[in-house]
Amino acid sequence: MGLQIIKPDTHIDFIGFRKIAFIISAIVILAGIGSLLAKGGPKYGIDFAGGMIVQIKLDKATDVTDLKGAMKELNLPGLTVQTLGLEDDHEYMIRTSSSDISSQAVRDGIDRSLAANLKDRTFEIQRLEMVGPKVGADLRAKALEALFYAVLLIAVYISGRFEQRWTAAGIMAAALAGGIYGIGLTGLDMGWLIISALVLTLGLCWYLKLNYALGAVVALIHDVIITVGIFSILGKEFDLTIIAALLTIVGYSLNDTIIVFDRIRENNIAAKSGTYFGDTINKSVNQTLSRTLMTSITTLLVVFCLFVLGGGVIHDFALALLIGIVVGTYSSVFVASPILLGFGPGSHVGEGEVEAA
Amino acid sequence: MQSLRWRIIVTLLVLVLGLAYMLPSIPGIQGTSLAKLLPGDAINLGLDLKGGIHLTLGVDMDTAMKNNLARLGDDLKASAAEEQVFVLRPRVLGEDKIRVVLLKGEQKDKFKGILKQFDSLSVDATEPGENGKVEYILSLTPQYRKYLTKLTLDQAVKTIRNRIDQFGVAEPDIRKQAGNRIQVQLPGLQDPERAIKIIGRTAHLEFKMVDEGADVETAKKGAVAPGRELTVLLHRKPDGSYTETPIVLKKDAVLTGEYIKDAQVRFDQFNTPYVALNFNTRGGTIFARLTGENVNKRMAIVLDGKVYSAPVIQEKIAGGRASITGSFDKEEATDLAIVLRAGSLPAPIDILEQRTVGPSLGQESIDKGVTSAVIGLALVLVFMGIYYGIGGLVADIVLVLNIMLIMAGLAAFGATLTLPGIAGIILTIGMAVDANVIIFERIREELRRGLTAGAAVTEGYGRATLTILDANVTTIIAAIILYQFGTGPVRGFAVTLTLGILTSMFTAIFVSRIMFDLYTRNRADRAKLNI
Repeated sequence: MGLQIIKPDTHIDFIGFRKIAFIISAIVILAGIGSLLAKGGPKYGIDFAGGMIVQIKLDKATDVTDLKGAMKELNLPGLTVQTLGLEDDHEYMIRTSSSDISSQAVRDGIDRSLAANLKDRTFEIQRLEMVGPKVGADLRAKALEALFYAVLLIAVYISGRFEQRWTAAGIMAAALAGGIYGIGLTGLDMGWLIISALVLTLGLCWYLKLNYALGAVVALIHDVIITVGIFSILGKEFDLTIIAALLTIVGYSLNDTIIVFDRIRENNIAAKSGTYFGDTINKSVNQTLSRTLMTSITTLLVVFCLFVLGGGVIHDFALALLIGIVVGTYSSVFVASPILLGFGPGSHVGEGEVEAA
Repeated sequence: MQSLRWRIIVTLLVLVLGLAYMLPSIPGIQGTSLAKLLPGDAINLGLDLKGGIHLTLGVDMDTAMKNNLARLGDDLKASAAEEQVFVLRPRVLGEDKIRVVLLKGEQKDKFKGILKQFDSLSVDATEPGENGKVEYILSLTPQYRKYLTKLTLDQAVKTIRNRIDQFGVAEPDIRKQAGNRIQVQLPGLQDPERAIKIIGRTAHLEFKMVDEGADVETAKKGAVAPGRELTVLLHRKPDGSYTETPIVLKKDAVLTGEYIKDAQVRFDQFNTPYVALNFNTRGGTIFARLTGENVNKRMAIVLDGKVYSAPVIQEKIAGGRASITGSFDKEEATDLAIVLRAGSLPAPIDILEQRTVGPSLGQESIDKGVTSAVIGLALVLVFMGIYYGIGGLVADIVLVLNIMLIMAGLAAFGATLTLPGIAGIILTIGMAVDANVIIFERIREELRRGLTAGAAVTEGYGRATLTILDANVTTIIAAIILYQFGTGPVRGFAVTLTLGILTSMFTAIFVSRIMFDLYTRNRADRAKLNI
């Protein structure tokens, strides 16, 4: 046999940790939301906020303030300069909040002012991006929509596939579609629309007793909120690639949760009646723990390589994945599974429901 | 085992196909004799890897509607005049309404008949005016508006494509998007600003007669006669700036750019560039008649509302040739010729989004992506090998096969590899072993329960397969939604992620099973399985 990190006879009482875990999760989530509130919402990159960025590479290290000073005469509104990627890349991101100026003017202006004020350095404009405010708003709406539909479809799939309750899943989908249409009529902002839709999804899962879906959806919302919160605390910007990262986290978190759930369902069917459901959960989480850790380790290995070696553009994307994978692994064990216990088929009702499935 | 043989054949077939499609993308293979034997092309690289421009253009539909209304109004006036029904010059109100005043109220019925021919207009209201006049408010019908929106967008796409073709870009990608948007991708372009200028220029060319009788000084005070307009004549100075001379023109264009067959840059005796125009037959006839009727008068050449020259007509010009002289340097003249040849845009366009990536950054991104992928892969291979022993080796083999198949899939489906796409592959490397891990952990459990190697393998695969399917379907759902809502690079990521999941399921469930079956087949039942 090969190596083993987790001994086969491991019996960790995960369910016993659930209160502590919930408190930890709550603290992290509140810290993230607090940061978001304090900063007045997520910090949007130009994809969502509109504006222009110019990425330049210099031949030697230059202080950000010097660079900013050199461009002072251009009077670009909301000018910010930040380093990009690793220390010795000498790559900088120049950003302005205006998208009215022609890109030609910005390009020429930067060329001129850097040549005049930083005489001993050569530089190259590597990338220039401009997003108008209208497109930015559209991209934002689309990104939120994407996150929402992902959650909805996944909830429906889990309910149908896991509990063999396609009818309930169908009812949920229909109720949601109707609910969203109704909320849409009130002309709410897209952000609130999504939040209400998510609340509606959770409410429906709870009401229809679609516990597996509830657990999985709570876990993935938990993961996304924590990742977004940490990003806000770190002062990172949100752009399209971060949305891609968040959706990947959604996929990963679910992947992880479902594998644990699968085992819980299997063990629950095999369990003698009268068995405490919490014991079944504990047993299942322990049985799958080895796999959970192995997959997290291999995935983290490669994502870490991406984080360190991938370069400036991909850096934040990899960071989001790193956070998301750690949190996703944690949540499938400590968040999703205990939720099954809280609302799920307890020993008295559980057997019947599963049998009927 | 009969089925084992078939499974091996299928796997080998996939392997050969995969190699055939993947190999052209390996840098060393391109251009060799081997490359000619292979069916596929190399993987398409996205703009973020190849360098180039990505533009989102918004067509100004309001202006298109207004222009169209004005034209419809003129047509209506002309058709009415043919039937001896006289209306005042129609006035465009906003983007979908037009006001027409019928001079003689008693011609109402006759005018109604004429209106019937214009099925794109519907009558909103009629109001009696003074002296028996009748005022009509007409608006575009919703169907016609819809049709016009589509037509305008199609025409804009066609014009932009023509211009880019003449500008010479290797593989331009121009497509309509939702609403009034057009997406343009120009890979590998070095001079983005010039391309943007060429694409964005409306290039609406008009010939208008100069009103010789008008007094410029009075006009400047605001007294412009009806049907006339005050504008400026531009004259280029040697330093590239322009002097402006006020000039009064008759508003109606006598000829427009739609009759142009060809436009080219020429040089006069002082080596100053000018644009030579060639009209088509109809345009040539009109131009000849116009010049014949207006000898010794000045005709202004107006491009996008700017007057570039207003020469005096010396004689009747037959043969359909004209020229725009004076005000350009060589590059400007070349670009002007391109846009005139390609035709004018049906409406002005705005640049809503622009992303330009220099080719050097692209190469750097590829290098970094490949480096991190290779190192990440190596780490995973070593880790799996140590942790699972023989099983780890099997996982390693199918992982390499998996990556090969993703690359082959990208090439075969003509998908575009973007930077997030590379990230997707790297992420897949990490996640691809998941299926194997699930299977191995199951097999270990079954072995601990005392099953023989062969039975443990059968049981392990059997139980793990459904779990793997469930887990992956949800990830695929996320990927499909990413594809649906994403643009450019994000879509690339979704494609690689989906491909990665599909191939990893194939390799982990199907291919690795073959290796285990081969491994356990010829051993005594009690043989220990090193996993």
